[in-house]
Amino acid sequence: MLSTSYIFLAYFAIIIFVFGILCKVWKYAVIPNPLKIPLTPAPTNTIGVILRMVFEVAFFKSLFKSNKFTWLGGCAFHLALLVVLASHIRFFVSPVPEPIMLLQTFLQSISMFIGLLFIAPLVYLFIRRVWVDRTRFVSIFADYFVLILLFLIGLSGITMKYLIRPDLFAVKTFILGLISFSPEPIPTNPIFITHFTLILILLIYFPFSKLMHGCGIFFSPTRNQIDNPREKRLINPWDKRII
Amino acid sequence: MAKEKIEAPKLTGKIETPRIQPGASLACQHHKANEQLLTGLGYPSSLVENWQEKAIAKMGELLNKYKSLKLYLDICVRCGACADKCQFYLGTGDPKNTPVGRQELFRKVYRRYFTPAGKLLGNLAGAEDFTEEVLKEWYVYFHHCSQCRRCCVACPYGIDTAEISMAAREIMHSIGLGTKYVDEIILKVFNFGNNLGMQPKAIKNSLDFCEDEMKEAYEEKGIMDIDVKIPMDVEGAEVLLVVPSADFFASPHIESLLGYAKVFYQAGISWTLSSYASEAGNFGMFIGSYDGMQKVASRIGQAVRDLKVKRLVIGECGHAYRIAYSFWNTLIGPFDTLDKRYPIPQHICEFTYDLIKRGALRLDKEANDEFVVTYHDSCNIARATRMGDMPGGQFEIPRSIIKACCNKFVDMPQETIRENTFCCGGGAGLLTDEMMDIRIKGAMPRMQALKQVIDSHGVNFFALICAICKAQFTKIFPAYGLSMDMVGGVHQLVSRAIVLGAKE
Repeated sequence: MLSTSYIFLAYFAIIIFVFGILCKVWKYAVIPNPLKIPLTPAPTNTIGVILRMVFEVAFFKSLFKSNKFTWLGGCAFHLALLVVLASHIRFFVSPVPEPIMLLQTFLQSISMFIGLLFIAPLVYLFIRRVWVDRTRFVSIFADYFVLILLFLIGLSGITMKYLIRPDLFAVKTFILGLISFSPEPIPTNPIFITHFTLILILLIYFPFSKLMHGCGIFFSPTRNQIDNPREKRLINPWDKRII
Repeated sequence: MAKEKIEAPKLTGKIETPRIQPGASLACQHHKANEQLLTGLGYPSSLVENWQEKAIAKMGELLNKYKSLKLYLDICVRCGACADKCQFYLGTGDPKNTPVGRQELFRKVYRRYFTPAGKLLGNLAGAEDFTEEVLKEWYVYFHHCSQCRRCCVACPYGIDTAEISMAAREIMHSIGLGTKYVDEIILKVFNFGNNLGMQPKAIKNSLDFCEDEMKEAYEEKGIMDIDVKIPMDVEGAEVLLVVPSADFFASPHIESLLGYAKVFYQAGISWTLSSYASEAGNFGMFIGSYDGMQKVASRIGQAVRDLKVKRLVIGECGHAYRIAYSFWNTLIGPFDTLDKRYPIPQHICEFTYDLIKRGALRLDKEANDEFVVTYHDSCNIARATRMGDMPGGQFEIPRSIIKACCNKFVDMPQETIRENTFCCGGGAGLLTDEMMDIRIKGAMPRMQALKQVIDSHGVNFFALICAICKAQFTKIFPAYGLSMDMVGGVHQLVSRAIVLGAKE
């Protein structure tokens, strides 16, 4: 019964996650930019724009310039997220390829650090949000909700690593079963079930939330437009004069 | 005039981030546009009966027309990096004058009517009904935004509050709510071709007066053979110069007009102003009206064709250059009849700088020796345009011109200039008397930065290339205990330094 409902829930969450994001991204892609609005100084060619985006997406360049404290918290968390996701690859592929195994061995050796790197920035960002009066003023419930959700996901993950270890073989069997559409029973470790539930909530919540910033940033016209309005005429598709 | 005197912040040379004071600037609001203005612009004559329904429909329409709007409403994480960047928050401490606070006024309505979470969970999802209360706040705070884009520099995703405040103003107009100041000006351009409602004859008189003044000034120096003209409506001239109409008569704007005229004279390039397109400014942008902006701009396209000019040059005006540089090609382009060897349109600073580089102008720096000059980057030019071929030319070119005309130039602190420049506090429709409180407070960061270089270098000339900046600062300086005579244009300095006549 538990397994059946979780298997159902898992597929439901993944469908919402994937199609939710696709719908949003589709919208971001098709809604027109009627006017040129790059934030200048801006690159005057495509390569320049790609570089600008890389610096924004990989290093949070603008945030670095505008607020070092927030940048530090944001960077630390996103880096940890990346590493944590990488260390989960082994549950999704069988057999695990050699490079992933090597990476895994390395990550194992610093797993305590990674766990902290994931949890600590969330606590820091939470405190900062409450501490700075203007940030507290503009914060809404969703802002705290996401921090708490991610914190609990991290906490349950760390608990599994160091306190109540689930049967990793069972976990992998369960996940591979989901992927291959031949579901296996869910492991009964309560911490695993908690961890898994929270992640499903996150997946369902993602497309409807501010977490879409991860996809949205690529479409941001002030950042991704080339500064060439005089050289190349932008046509506004809904301009009455042109229609 | 304002009845009570508004206390300006103390000049200490430091820009401090205030603690929040909710509602601190709620009382400062624009006079509303009357029936005549609104209908003149094609909007409902007053707040319509079913305004809520209408506003939401308009919002839905804009969400499908502007990628920026839809995206920026969705992806803000309220990190607060923008909050202490807005001059209006720094000056007032009102948290709804932080960029994110301002955006949230829009976003909470968007969530309520356009997102599943907001529809289902309401307040819990940060959603709110579009009530009369909310609309009141919209009217106040979306008109406190000068669309200067300083927040956009700070934002990790490039969220531009200007895009959201423009949309908010467009929505308000669609239900019959606008400001008297801006709407009056747009209607004047529709009817007369310029923001001031000047008739061609009045402009001509002013230009004749300027010509006489220049001639007399040279004659006093014993130079008899120099007769600088300011031509208007000359068909077949090489260049059409479009300037903000304040340049025709306001002080210190007019000094720059003399500068342009002398540059053209010395370069030997034929040029003309147009009485039909007698305004570079375009307040259509301030109210987010694409059609309005296009209608205003179309006068320039018409003048280009009528006067059969080959080049198009823009005078010292900030938002005008943004529209000219970034939007004209879309709105009224392509400019097939113009000479493609030159930028279309070209900023007067690009034009002058090009001549300086080629050695076509003789500039006597000593003529400006009484001045220690600093330069204020106008927000629209700094963050929404470019001059020359290189990114950042909009910072370098005006400075290069100043340095070619003056011996003493000093920059204000780095974090207050170039892409980090502050708005003067009067942009996007704030330049009216009833908004004096927020204008004075919004100018605070710029004034503190200026104070630093006054103290350290004895700066006594504040060079600008924007008509709104000029009008704002001449009004604001006295409130801070500074002389309005410090305020002037870049081409005012050119005008003083340029040596006319045949080369020796």
